[in-house]
Amino acid sequence: MSDITIPLEAEQDIAHEQGHAEAAVREPLITGGKTVHDVSEDIAGRVEQKPTITWMLAMAISLGLLVAGGYAVAMLLWEGIGMWGLNKTVGWAWDITNFVWWVGIGHAGTLISAVLLLFRQRWRMSINRASEAMTIFAVICAAMFPVLHMGRPWLGFYWALPLPNTFGSLWVNFNSPLLWDVFAISTYFSVSLVFWYIGLIPDFATIRDRAKNKISKLIYGTLSFGWTGGAKTWMHYETVSLVLAGLATPLVLSVHTIVSFDFATSVIPGWHTTIFPPYFVAGAIFSGFAMVLTLLIVTRKVYKLEDYITLQHLEMMNIVIIVTGSIVGIAYITEFFIAWYSGVEAEQYAFINRATGPYWWAYWSMMTCNVISPQLFWFKKIRTNIAATFIISIIVNIGMWFERFVIIVTSLHRDFLPSSWAMFYPTWVDMGVYIFTFGLFFTLFFLFAKFFPVINMAEVKSIIKATGEKKK
Amino acid sequence: MSQGTNYVLGVYDDEDVLMDAVQKVRGEGVKIEEVYTPFPVHGLEHALGYKRSWLSVAAFLFGITGTTLALTMQIGMMYVDWPMIIGGKDYLPFPSFVPVTFELTVLLASFGMVGTFLGISNLKPWAKPRIYDIRITDDKHVMAIDLDGNSKSEDDIKSVLQSSGAVEVNNKTFD
Repeated sequence: MSDITIPLEAEQDIAHEQGHAEAAVREPLITGGKTVHDVSEDIAGRVEQKPTITWMLAMAISLGLLVAGGYAVAMLLWEGIGMWGLNKTVGWAWDITNFVWWVGIGHAGTLISAVLLLFRQRWRMSINRASEAMTIFAVICAAMFPVLHMGRPWLGFYWALPLPNTFGSLWVNFNSPLLWDVFAISTYFSVSLVFWYIGLIPDFATIRDRAKNKISKLIYGTLSFGWTGGAKTWMHYETVSLVLAGLATPLVLSVHTIVSFDFATSVIPGWHTTIFPPYFVAGAIFSGFAMVLTLLIVTRKVYKLEDYITLQHLEMMNIVIIVTGSIVGIAYITEFFIAWYSGVEAEQYAFINRATGPYWWAYWSMMTCNVISPQLFWFKKIRTNIAATFIISIIVNIGMWFERFVIIVTSLHRDFLPSSWAMFYPTWVDMGVYIFTFGLFFTLFFLFAKFFPVINMAEVKSIIKATGEKKK
Repeated sequence: MSQGTNYVLGVYDDEDVLMDAVQKVRGEGVKIEEVYTPFPVHGLEHALGYKRSWLSVAAFLFGITGTTLALTMQIGMMYVDWPMIIGGKDYLPFPSFVPVTFELTVLLASFGMVGTFLGISNLKPWAKPRIYDIRITDDKHVMAIDLDGNSKSEDDIKSVLQSSGAVEVNNKTFD
């Protein structure tokens, strides 16, 4: 029997006959003896309550960052790209570092929604909505950078699209990874948005049906698209979710691969290497899961959702972090090895310069944060400790920022011709635009947390019987 | 789409009881119009005799359209309209065409399938839904039986529902 794969429905039918009991060995995914009604109360209840002082304070801080950073963005648009610290040698620095950083973070949400759905990992259900929201907001922040770095975005944003024009119809260059990025990022953003929204429809219906005042009923009624919950509609809905998951999975892999091609298809030492696609994708999942942990550890505490986002969920995410962190570590070793083994002096110099040159501090920050910190999660005591998880998740994201900075700036600042070598120093506008994106990200996230149900109620309700803690 | 006006509703609070009830009620010859649940219940569509969703086929067809569009666009622009030698590459660099082709395939497949889903399920922002029971989106499963579509009497139907494990049996009329 063990070599026959059982389709999901049949598996469920078997469980149904056996009374839906999961193996006694498994920890419940939802603790606290919750009923289906409790799920509606706990999660929709949060949407219905008045904004708390904590929320208003959080919004105030993120709006503050948005406005302060917004001034830097305005300066950039008014005065031009010269406001950044870029020069002829180092043509990309904070702008593209931040772009890759945000896009990388965005990949975790789709992985959790799509890939874990295909792998039938039920622990994804409590966390997928918040992670998908995080993805959408992270991609919005990421998209700011390619648009702003064009210098004249009001022209550039549509010049990057293959539209007929009056220049003889001058078309875009389909050989360029920069153009592939345009298609990849827009597709990734749209598909993630659609996947997220479809999942929200039944939950908006729950809030609509619970609504006490007319405005709430109207707004959530509109958002829920008239959902009634019929079996036929659920059947189509499940097919849509499965197919979208199947489509989104190669997207996770392809989008960050295409981003890595921005570097890998060039010729400069440190960039021109075939390890980049898997290295970048693993790194993206690594930083994305770290950001999900940072956000969810706070959200579950503030919203008292510890019964839904349990220690088990956090531990699972930490395990993903060890795996992807180790892949990133191995990629570093591979890069070194190939640089040495190839005998290409320029390539060898690129790595010696990273470790011992003027940006050595960035390199060693990256190594400590990315290679050493995730390895701590091998110890069960650490990966089940919430405070340690929170701190390490932030360290990982800092490390991943430095990784992109090191790759981009150290390879550019000293490439083949020593007479072109130059240093890069960030200006207040570089930092200001980054702060703006933090403000944007957190404002959007806090708005989401207040007005939308942060956990997918319908999905969690469907697994309560099988994986919830039985009421004593 | 539900068109009827007079319904008998069987309300259940457990999905396993519901599944057995559906078998039982159909076995007694009662026609069920639709079952409304707060979450998807596996096997329910099979029990109700619904055919597999064809949306995956729709997604595939939209996907093929996306591939065709992407390849036509790139070949049209890079080979037919304004061919240029870029980086020493051929006018038709097919490896270069792969990313955009893949992305457009996925984009059209997703949007096409989701649009079709919303269309066939009658889901739209201005929709006026028929709410059979306000607790459907909370924790109750409701079996809706159209009185006008069934030859059995109302009392017969009600007793079948009671014996199948319904926690409530209600009447519902729509204008």
